[in-house]
Amino acid sequence: MTPAPAVTVEGSARLGQQPLFPPVSLRLGAGEWTCLLGPSGVGKSSLLRIIAGLETGIDFTGHVTTGDGAPLAGRIAYMAQSDLLFPWRSVTENVLLGAALRGTAPDRARARELIGRVGLTDHAGKRPAALSGGQRQRAALARTLMEDRPVILLDEPFSALDARNRAAMQSLAASLLAGRTVLLVTHDPAEAARLGHRILVIDEAGLREMPRPEMPPLRPVSDPATLEIQMALFAELGRGAE
Amino acid sequence: MSGVRNGVVSALVGIGAWWLVVILAGLPPFILPAPDRVARALWTSRETIAENAVVTLVEVLAGLVLGAVLGALTAIQLALFPLARTLIRPMLVFFQAVPVFALAPILTLWLGYGIWSKLAMALLIIFFPVTSAFYDGLTRTPQGYLDLARVMEARPWAVMLRVRIPNALPALASGLRLAAVYAPIGAVIGEWVGASKGLGYLMLLSNGRAQTDVMFAALFVLAAMTVLLHTAVDRGSRAITARYAPDHG
Repeated sequence: MTPAPAVTVEGSARLGQQPLFPPVSLRLGAGEWTCLLGPSGVGKSSLLRIIAGLETGIDFTGHVTTGDGAPLAGRIAYMAQSDLLFPWRSVTENVLLGAALRGTAPDRARARELIGRVGLTDHAGKRPAALSGGQRQRAALARTLMEDRPVILLDEPFSALDARNRAAMQSLAASLLAGRTVLLVTHDPAEAARLGHRILVIDEAGLREMPRPEMPPLRPVSDPATLEIQMALFAELGRGAE
Repeated sequence: MSGVRNGVVSALVGIGAWWLVVILAGLPPFILPAPDRVARALWTSRETIAENAVVTLVEVLAGLVLGAVLGALTAIQLALFPLARTLIRPMLVFFQAVPVFALAPILTLWLGYGIWSKLAMALLIIFFPVTSAFYDGLTRTPQGYLDLARVMEARPWAVMLRVRIPNALPALASGLRLAAVYAPIGAVIGEWVGASKGLGYLMLLSNGRAQTDVMFAALFVLAAMTVLLHTAVDRGSRAITARYAPDHG
């Protein structure tokens, strides 16, 4: 993997005639987890999709830049709320999807190793329909790791999981994606409080950065400091709702 | 298995009703022969019926395979090229609006009395359902799959071959299910218009000779053939759906 760059997206967005958010500048620190927290429908996923170079359906005026000046194309991996596993491919074949779509030689040994690291060795030959929700999201994480990209965009990937699976996936992702530039879009203050080096809140009023937490992630769920961050985030989200 | 049992029960009820109508109305055999008469005709004319059934079966299978392949290729063209959509789609709708029955004499004129005109009829009649079902499937690829492919820098051919086509196979399968029922209709119409072989030809010939029992026997074989074909295609379709869209099975 090439060194993880910082990524900055600057600009404003409108949805038809309605302004979606005022001019913002979102900077993802190199090799850090940046958590973008906000209510539904304020464009946090759109910001992520703009960085990914995907269709957003909004009018965005602005630009995406990188800390090292090199283009982002080919340096991104993407994980969505839906696992996006292809039902006709086995777990292994899903992990090898990128190579199949690029027409490059599949690295089966590495796929096997990554499937082992997410704890799915016994399920490698199964199709997604035979897996639980948590196992499916683990397979999606292995597919993301297989891409071995320095910039990782996570669009609420854990929000469909139950509390126990969500906590387990957070820990797993935090350890396996360490050292990469990660943007995590979420509507869960507890998730942001556990995972973010930096935490930002976005709503109709714009983008606000929360004080940088002292303890590095991954923070324990029940640690008083984590809970304090979580409460501050709830208050900040509530402030925007008034 | 209850499907088979229901089928048997409903066939018995149908045959019973048929028999009852013949007896109660006192119909002469050349208008409506009783089931036992048809069964006897089926046995005594078994060689003639079998010979002609093979001809029709070949026409139907060849039409089905060709129609499926051409329909699938057309759907892929439509999905790939906007120009194809502008040019071919209105044509498709137009040809679907023309009753295939009306084309049968022309096809016989152009392609002769042999297998080709029947094959063309079967092909024409199934081409539209196959094409439109598969094309619909190809245009309904989940946006998330396409996003993922985009971020992975997929090659365009790989998006079609590895994402859009596999995802559309269940839709193609439902098109083929329809085709299995339509293809025999096309072949038989072709045989009615002009042929020297086939079940449709045999039915017409028996009708002219007032051999109504043979006509019914041929009709019975044709129906049985269509049901078997449909069952086979249905099994295949279910297997495809179970593999490619297990969440929607």
